[in-house]
Amino acid sequence: MDISSHDVLIIGGGGAGLRAAIAVAEVNPRLNVAVISKVYPMRSHTVSAEGGAAAVIKTGDTLDDHAYDTISGGDWLCDQDAVEAFVQEAPEELLRLEHWGCPWSRDPDGHIAVRAFGGMKKERTWFAADKTGFHMLHTLFQTTLKYTAIARYDEWFVTKLLVDDNRVQGVVAIEIMSGKIQAITAKAVILCTGGCGRVFPFTTNANIKNGDGMALAYRAGAPLKDMEFVQYHPTGLPFTGILITEAARAEGGYMLNKDGYRYLQDYNLGTPQPKPVLRSMELGPRDRLCQAFVKEMEKGRTIKGPYGDVVHLDVRHLGEKLINTKLPFVRELCLKYQNIDPVKELIPVRPVVHYMMGGVSTNIHGATPLAGLYAAGEVACVSINGANRLGSNSLPELLVFGARAGRAAAEFASTQKESNGIILSQALDETKRVEAQFLEKTGGRERIATLREEMQKAMENGAGIYRTHSSLAEAAAKLRELQERFPSITLDDRSRTFNTELTAAVELGFMLDVGEAIVQSALHRTESRGAHQRTDYPKRDDEKFLAHTLIYRNADGSTHGDYLPVTITRWPPGERVYGQPAQAAQAKGG
Amino acid sequence: MAETIKLEVTRYAPERHQAPTSQSFEVPYRKDWVVLDALNYIKDNLDGSLSYRWSCRMGICGSCGMMVNGEPKLTCATFLSKYAPGPVRVEPLRYFPVVRDLIIEMTDFMAKLRSVKPWIIREEEKPLSEGEYLQTPEQLDTYKQFSMCINCMLCYAACPVYGLDPLFSGPAAIALAQRYNLDSRDQGAEERMGILSQHAGIWGCTFVGECTRVCPKHVDPAGAIQQYKLTAAKEWFKSLLMPWGAK
Repeated sequence: MDISSHDVLIIGGGGAGLRAAIAVAEVNPRLNVAVISKVYPMRSHTVSAEGGAAAVIKTGDTLDDHAYDTISGGDWLCDQDAVEAFVQEAPEELLRLEHWGCPWSRDPDGHIAVRAFGGMKKERTWFAADKTGFHMLHTLFQTTLKYTAIARYDEWFVTKLLVDDNRVQGVVAIEIMSGKIQAITAKAVILCTGGCGRVFPFTTNANIKNGDGMALAYRAGAPLKDMEFVQYHPTGLPFTGILITEAARAEGGYMLNKDGYRYLQDYNLGTPQPKPVLRSMELGPRDRLCQAFVKEMEKGRTIKGPYGDVVHLDVRHLGEKLINTKLPFVRELCLKYQNIDPVKELIPVRPVVHYMMGGVSTNIHGATPLAGLYAAGEVACVSINGANRLGSNSLPELLVFGARAGRAAAEFASTQKESNGIILSQALDETKRVEAQFLEKTGGRERIATLREEMQKAMENGAGIYRTHSSLAEAAAKLRELQERFPSITLDDRSRTFNTELTAAVELGFMLDVGEAIVQSALHRTESRGAHQRTDYPKRDDEKFLAHTLIYRNADGSTHGDYLPVTITRWPPGERVYGQPAQAAQAKGG
Repeated sequence: MAETIKLEVTRYAPERHQAPTSQSFEVPYRKDWVVLDALNYIKDNLDGSLSYRWSCRMGICGSCGMMVNGEPKLTCATFLSKYAPGPVRVEPLRYFPVVRDLIIEMTDFMAKLRSVKPWIIREEEKPLSEGEYLQTPEQLDTYKQFSMCINCMLCYAACPVYGLDPLFSGPAAIALAQRYNLDSRDQGAEERMGILSQHAGIWGCTFVGECTRVCPKHVDPAGAIQQYKLTAAKEWFKSLLMPWGAK
């Protein structure tokens, strides 16, 4: 078997992975660092982020304001020490990207421009038109090209983490182009594989977002944290799940039901004003907007479309000129993918799964409890996002915690010896497993697509916007059934050359494990908080659940859970209020 | 019986085939389906061995470029209805080596991108503590268009010069070089000029403009190439007038 070795191996070439790679190269240029990714790095899902990146830069804004918005938005489940580090380091990270060439939008005097964003009390969102993630990713990728120390494995797919002596020592991966399966050893591994939106049927997430890193860590014995917190975005296009950025509402778009009524006023989100008001109505937090959609649907006030119920996003009153300058991508997406012109027509939207607050449990340095394993970005749960992430926090999170994980992994790798021989026999076993289970198996009859669709439906029905004990128990039973059927899947494709059916099969296995972690975590949290809404337990319960869920996978495939206290530094738990009560509270100095 | 449309898709597996062949599939015809949706329908329901790249399905990741009825297209942004009643011919991007079915080899393209040094080059780095480099919206506008490239390679599949001369840096790489050359924060134009004028390819471009015509992001690589040729010609002319060694 071929083997290659690195000091630090980063899985995933999106924003977090590339930032981590540069951090390693800058901390210790003698270290041998590699980025392994199942797609070329500039294809990574960071590319799809539209709206922007929050960081305090303008006078009148403070780090405490950013921290408070993040913590209250997260319904007090954020670790406040992590949030403080995050808001502190976000401005310099975004500035660093400016120095690397990111084409941030500017004020007329040449300074960085910022705009308002849902859940943020102050205007602090940096943006590059409405292709912020695209420009960040390409800037990062192009900048990595100047570092000769950074090696790349483009279009390699990791199937397993190699663990021995309670330490992660590398991976087994398939070179997709040739089908070769081999071990890549490393003294430290950083997971930067992003989220798992494809576990659900309607999602903004790209086809590659299958929770790979979460499942790899989970199977290797590392705990996943707060997996029950799944963020829906209130405005996705039906069928494709294409996201219509929050910026459309920040610029003044309205959410309308079938009667053309701004229904959010019925859900304690303030009163309608002609101009957008921060933290009110359409600029309320994402989870509350999604919950209002379900209630409207129950009242029969949504619009029936070919892919289920929708409401309307109306930006017509903003005018063609503003739409073209501030929201060009929104118009382009609607025209190209929905055949609708938002200048003249209403945009049909529905809530779509957008982001995982939960992920591989890490500390403030990106380290997981498993030695040698680090994680950053959406795959990780530090947690700065708590029970609900604020829009425009995920992009700076990639940079801040990508850099932190890179530095910590570099330091760890500098003190470690080469991996031991036991790892190689493990790698050989994994190669045989992949070959036997997929490439050479005969007699199966299940199709990947069938199992995948059944899983997605079970997740939406059981662990969607609103959950109950019985809906979750039903989803858990369905996932168990799918796990039992999974060994019977059969591949049409037995070629070694660019076998995308093989990778889809391994991905389905990952998603089933991640789905199980989501459902089990949600079953055991008998309260409602942020994105986790239990209709059978509608109240937040700080006495029992001001705590992070940890879920572990046992050697026999069963799971066990645990809770970890939330770190509170300066902001004791309070009520999350939006709309007029929030304005009143602020007037009182709250 | 629901309406259907016929897709004629290139198939090739190096272990089994001497050369690419074409296979027909009948897929549902839906007005809101793009060519990529039809390929996904085939993979999920008819033949799981069909191989192609895709990810975002919103025209930003740059993965799903293919030839559709002979034209380079992002298949996620190309409605089936455009080709009704069919058939729709789907082939791998032209001028690239084919690896498998609709998948092309792109390592050469990646090397070309890197060769133009697509990063900010400065004699002196300003420390972060001094804040951002000021850049007015007008300065941003001078290079903004060239920063929109998603690396989908449709322009290479449209470029007759690249078809004849694989050493040609090609439209996307030259546009990317120009993106940094025109950035007010960058000082690397001269270094990049040296790289690009080494090869004759750039002079072979006759401004057919096919690259700009097929670009899904309106980057205008042909414009970048023309700007480049003009600057390069000026430099060459200057070198004739100036004494040896002077710049």
